[in-house]
Amino acid sequence: MSVDEATVRRIAKLARIGVEETELAGLAQELSQILKFVEQLNELDTSGVTPLTSAVETQIKRRIDEVTDGEIVDQVLANAPSRDDEFFAVPKVVE
Amino acid sequence: MSELVDLDLVAARDGLRKKDFTAVELCEAHIAQMQAARPLNAVVHEVADVALAMAAQSDARLAAGSSAPLEGLPIGVKDLFCTKGVQTTACSNILGNFTPTYESTVTQNLWDAGAVMLGKLNNDEFAMGSSNETSRFGAVINPWRRAGATEPLVPGGSSGGSSAAVAAHIGVAATATDTGGSIRQPAAFTGTVGLKPTYGRCSRWGIVAFASSLDQAGPITRTVRDAAIMLGAMAGHDAKDTTSIDAAVPDYEAALTGDIRGLKVGIPREYRVDGMAPEIEALWQKGIDWLKSAGAEIVDVSLPHTHYALPAYYIIAPAEASSNLARYDGVRYGARVENGDINGMYEATRAAGFGDEVRRRIMIGTYVLSAGYYDAYYVKALQVRRLIANDFSAAFEQCDVLLTPTTPSAAFAMGSNQDDPLTMYLNDVFTVTANLAGVPAMSLPAGLDQDGLPLGLQLIGPAFGEETLLRTAQVMETAAGFTARPQKWWV
Amino acid sequence: MSDRDNLISGATGDWEIVLGLEVHAQVASKAKLFSGASTEFGGAPNSHVSLVDAAMPGMLPVINWFCVEQAVRTGLGLKAQINLMSVFDRKNYFYPDLPQGYQISQFKYPIVGEGVIEIDLDDGEVKHVGIERLHLEQDAGKSMHDQHPSMSFVDLNRSGVALMEIVSKPDMRSAAEAQAYVKKLRAILRYLGTCDGNMEQGSLRADVNVSVRRPGDPLGTRCEIKNVNSIRFIGQAIEYEARRQIALIEDGGTVDQETRLFDPRLGETRSMRSKEEAHDYRYFPDPDLVPLTFEQAWVDDIASSLPELPDDKKQRFMSHYKLSSYDAGLLVAEAESANFFEQVAQGRDAKMAANMVVGSMFAALNRSGKSLAESPVSADQLGALIDLVANQTVSTRIAKDVFEFMFDDGPDQGKDPAVIVEERGLQQVTDTGEIEAAVDAVIAANPDKVAQAQEKPKMAGWFVGQVMQQTGGKANPQAVNALVLQKLGIEG
Ligand SMILES: [Mg+2]
Ligand SMILES: [Zn+2]
Repeated sequence: MSVDEATVRRIAKLARIGVEETELAGLAQELSQILKFVEQLNELDTSGVTPLTSAVETQIKRRIDEVTDGEIVDQVLANAPSRDDEFFAVPKVVE
Repeated sequence: MSELVDLDLVAARDGLRKKDFTAVELCEAHIAQMQAARPLNAVVHEVADVALAMAAQSDARLAAGSSAPLEGLPIGVKDLFCTKGVQTTACSNILGNFTPTYESTVTQNLWDAGAVMLGKLNNDEFAMGSSNETSRFGAVINPWRRAGATEPLVPGGSSGGSSAAVAAHIGVAATATDTGGSIRQPAAFTGTVGLKPTYGRCSRWGIVAFASSLDQAGPITRTVRDAAIMLGAMAGHDAKDTTSIDAAVPDYEAALTGDIRGLKVGIPREYRVDGMAPEIEALWQKGIDWLKSAGAEIVDVSLPHTHYALPAYYIIAPAEASSNLARYDGVRYGARVENGDINGMYEATRAAGFGDEVRRRIMIGTYVLSAGYYDAYYVKALQVRRLIANDFSAAFEQCDVLLTPTTPSAAFAMGSNQDDPLTMYLNDVFTVTANLAGVPAMSLPAGLDQDGLPLGLQLIGPAFGEETLLRTAQVMETAAGFTARPQKWWV
Repeated sequence: MSDRDNLISGATGDWEIVLGLEVHAQVASKAKLFSGASTEFGGAPNSHVSLVDAAMPGMLPVINWFCVEQAVRTGLGLKAQINLMSVFDRKNYFYPDLPQGYQISQFKYPIVGEGVIEIDLDDGEVKHVGIERLHLEQDAGKSMHDQHPSMSFVDLNRSGVALMEIVSKPDMRSAAEAQAYVKKLRAILRYLGTCDGNMEQGSLRADVNVSVRRPGDPLGTRCEIKNVNSIRFIGQAIEYEARRQIALIEDGGTVDQETRLFDPRLGETRSMRSKEEAHDYRYFPDPDLVPLTFEQAWVDDIASSLPELPDDKKQRFMSHYKLSSYDAGLLVAEAESANFFEQVAQGRDAKMAANMVVGSMFAALNRSGKSLAESPVSADQLGALIDLVANQTVSTRIAKDVFEFMFDDGPDQGKDPAVIVEERGLQQVTDTGEIEAAVDAVIAANPDKVAQAQEKPKMAGWFVGQVMQQTGGKANPQAVNALVLQKLGIEG
């Protein structure tokens, strides 16, 4: 599957990464090349193979329902690029 | 006391315990070494003051008879580990001057074991790379050069700062992380020992995530025994990480018995790829001979799906990364580039914050997860991952440990692989399989190529087979008698 | 009520509304789904936030097992399939109040599968609404857009709070049905104690999927109205949206699938552009977690500890107490009122108890805007009042007055009924002498009426009324009736 510039634009939008029009062609070529490489997998018949999502065989860890965290607003906001009082501030969102 | 920096971890530990020198003296020597080695660009954030304070505390504890495994030993920390009050950026612009208010579990374990932090070490941005050329702080230069040449070589990646720092004796050891080979390949390129533990052996809590199902922390050291001691301190169960395994940490140092008689060593035929450098082939044969003469039994094994590991990896790792890196959005921490409305800000921030390789992988990962491609790419890759894991299970029915080369080549020149991402990706061809299967693997220096550059051999074990790996590695280390060191051209 | 009766007639003929609901119910847990931060409502901004909730680098989720248990309890309450293995997936999208850049949810393998809810319609009919699934997921934080001209403010206190998303099948055909569904679901959640059902505080929110079609046609294109947070608004939103879609189609337009927002001030729905662009959530299993598994035996333990749920309680009230479907329905709507009723009915006439609770108590509560918990009249006091009627100390009519004294603000509020009756001398008069005098007086005063009554015995009722009036309602009605008939010489 080789990707065209429209696809690169769509992917960049989904990933929220601004891409210059002038970069689209180069990116399309790079991504296509990588996709071609990974498409070697199609040589393998994997029908009926259960996908492996986790390399560990382990039970999910459980936390008990107790308030053990939070109330650290200073730490939460310590690295904020922009804040207003105890809120994070971002450019206006229109809904 | 410059000879202090020539002590490996064990020698420094014993010297401290015997009061031959103090932790502060040891620390000062390494700080001087760190400052002298600045041309290598291995350290992106020096914390001499922190180090000296920690060393002074170690001296107090040593005076009180502390026998903590790493008491007073100066180490470097890959910039992927969050360190409380010390800038942590994963060597990416997008983290700005992020300063964690928390300490990663692995580094906390090290400080609890008495270790002293010299600084944060360089790495490929978000650990994406095999040459440490994608760092926001610039490339790391390999302390090693080809005999008679001055051309700068890469130290491997993504843990290039860690491998260079250990090879240049900036620290007695360093932490690193390995998602596709990022501990073992840099170790091979710098004549050091690199160990990627079983997935889940070390906690991932507080380590900037690249690909959660593949990432694993481990040490880079100068000797196998040093690696055993470092791993013992780093490893352990962590209730804060669901994927960390609740199993006791063995005494890895005690596993170094030197006796591997009867050990079955598998040689996977699929790793004998065409076009492999004859010196690598020869070195591999040497390794086989060392093990044979130590009483091990060599068995020919097959890992039939090896050829598909790299393609599967380059779907799975970017997919997870595309999601893991979504939190870098300029809202709560890190750099922000204002640009009109919220989406303008996101796009400008992430365009400026991520380098080319990271952007490439986020886009590939976004693509393979997107509607219509999920099954064809992502699910397919997970199925192949299962086949690869099955290959290892089958192989370990026939043998206790696998021996392979670590890399297809020795360290290469800076800039030489940058035009084409795929040739760069091929560096991981021998290492990526262990990450996909979650099994432990390590690289140890086994010899030099004709240019005098170090070459590594890799041992791969079954899950939680670290003790066997280390025992075998130490036997090979003794047989190899690798004593070569880079010229100190940078001072 | 048949679905035909729900049809809306447009300019070009009849239309059928098709409704499916996605209800987000906040799990009644102390801590969040994957962190130890508090879920308490209304804390200082960003106070109930851990480093995990703020998605700091390297932070990892660990699940709150209590939330898993509540999801299973709820699934059992919905008579649904419980899945012993489910998977947490990441739903990827960018929004300032979504710190991770993804919501941890369950997509392919939810913890609870298909179930059913019985809803009670106004005409007493019962309709079955299918449950598609229930899954666990994280709530997002809160963005405030109206505090500043060019900025939005983000508070992560809700970020990571545990939600159960309960998805219905598209089985509802009118706003009333959708409202009945939410009422019943809310009641079940509150009976189970898995969600407090507080819609004002957002513990229960509904996403309403609305589409219209010609009767018998395949499903039309649906619009999803997000986060409607009151049962009344659900009704308004559906009515508005259905008519909007019908008008659109009848004008030759087409409905495009989109997310819409209900504006309670205008009573209108409007498109949410921001959520529209590039809808591709790229779900995939969260690699920071492993599959969620548990034993059937554990599920069985939970099942054996479930309380009696509204439907069963209603049936029991109808069969055991012989209550009407209507009264029973009113009484079981809240566990508290059902328990209150049973306490009042304990060893008493159940119908009279139901009348008192529904007729007097509920009416008084509505009037005063008090909750049952705040009622000045306890179940025992109401029972005591019923006893006074039973032993003929007061008539039913007087009893109603006594209740007012007990309930309303004033000197007698909260007093025991016996005391009030005593102090106010409201005892029923059973002394025939006194009643006889009253009867004689009325007969003497109305000779003409006497004549009529002897013609039409029904007229006797008029004399009884007069006597009751003269005795201030305290005379025993039976006794009065008997005497009147006797004195008028009418065969009773
Ligand atoms: Mg939904
Ligand atoms: Zn939801």
